[in-house]
Amino acid sequence: MTQITVTVNGTSQTHEVEPRQLLVYYLRDKLGLTGTHIGCDTSSCGACTVHMDGMAVKSCSILAVQADGCEITTIEGLAQGDQLHPVQEGFKECHGLQCGFCTPGMIMATVDMLQNNPDPTEEDIRHALEGNICRCTGYHNIVRSVQWAAEKMKTSAKVLDGASVSPSPVYASVNLNQQQQQQL
Amino acid sequence: MIPYAFDYTRPESVEEALDLLDDDAKLLAGGHSLVPALKLRLSAPGRLIDIARIPSLKGIREENGEIVIGAGTTHAEIMKSDLLKQHLPMFAEGAALIGDPMVRHKGTIGGSLAHADPSADWPAMVIAADGEVVLRGRNGSRSVAAADFFIGFYSTALEEGEIITEIRLPVPAEGTRMNYQKFAQPASRFAIVGCAVVRHPDGSVRVAFTGVSDAPFRDTGVEEALSGQQLTDDVIEAAAAKAAEGVSLNSDHFASEEYRQHLARVYCKRALNAVA
Repeated sequence: MTQITVTVNGTSQTHEVEPRQLLVYYLRDKLGLTGTHIGCDTSSCGACTVHMDGMAVKSCSILAVQADGCEITTIEGLAQGDQLHPVQEGFKECHGLQCGFCTPGMIMATVDMLQNNPDPTEEDIRHALEGNICRCTGYHNIVRSVQWAAEKMKTSAKVLDGASVSPSPVYASVNLNQQQQQQL
Repeated sequence: MIPYAFDYTRPESVEEALDLLDDDAKLLAGGHSLVPALKLRLSAPGRLIDIARIPSLKGIREENGEIVIGAGTTHAEIMKSDLLKQHLPMFAEGAALIGDPMVRHKGTIGGSLAHADPSADWPAMVIAADGEVVLRGRNGSRSVAAADFFIGFYSTALEEGEIITEIRLPVPAEGTRMNYQKFAQPASRFAIVGCAVVRHPDGSVRVAFTGVSDAPFRDTGVEEALSGQQLTDDVIEAAAAKAAEGVSLNSDHFASEEYRQHLARVYCKRALNAVA
């Protein structure tokens, strides 16, 4: 057994773990944070995405001992009390999920992307979510959710800057081609 | 999936890691090849030596006419490196084609080279850029040309007890053009075929492939067909037609030998067009 100390969603945690324990099992079984899902278990699907020192990673392919001394944020750490994170709100507003299994991973990957690219194009969004697979094939609404969140975060930032802004029609910024529109 | 039990140590320096490295141990960097292999129980080392945080293995610097990439540098760090964007843009662009953002945050260039997956992206780029892989053992360091480093299926010139410490790439002359093109497996994003091309201002061209054969290789057949030629459409067409001639071709449920050879020609042509 190896002792690790990890800050998870702002709280320092110290535990003895087996070196072979995967981070995702540590989060789910030891800490009870079951919002992080185990999907493919082969680092392909992204359901297990969490942030490690601010960067999105796949917790099914990282050992808990590798996270020793690191800061981990899981889906449970995003909301401020009852106030959802804008990306969580976006997925709710735009129906960015069907069964919801991939959603925590999608949201964690999105939060990471928007930190680096606050104004992503549709193509940027699709590339940034390459490592997150949705089996309900809900990608169109996931992209809309991300666009909604990006818009909301930009607007909030402007409000904080004291600028005057009016709420923007989010769907107007979604460019669907004719074929995509027919599919909907 | 749960790996077999193993011990875990995290040394602070390369020297300390080398002292621990015996034939029952495996080096752990990003772990994005090793951890999946452990989970599948394809690999069952008694001890993992975590070298991911060793400071001397990190970072990208320019030194004596070379760009030096620390073996522990992640794909994401390479993708964002201004030094590489300036001197070896193929590396920054190629990094962006590896896996997905989460994989790029953890996976390292040294880990990729040491693992030597026959479909990994870095080997083709490092070979085409005339890179050297620096290996360190208890008795000192040695440098191996990337073109000689990969010797077969998951097999390299790395000896037992050695660690890859850095990758050294000559700073190309002004006017050098380079490009990496790949046909990615849609789920894993490994290269079913990848082709890296570096065209020097003196007209010489380096061409290297990954994914095509059991090990990445420099394609001297294509290079000779380009030697001393302007890269016109006809010259590119004729040279690309020679791609992967005389090598033993991989075949799996993604791509047959015949299809891989076809892809090698197509992606060689695309990479050559990009540097023409």
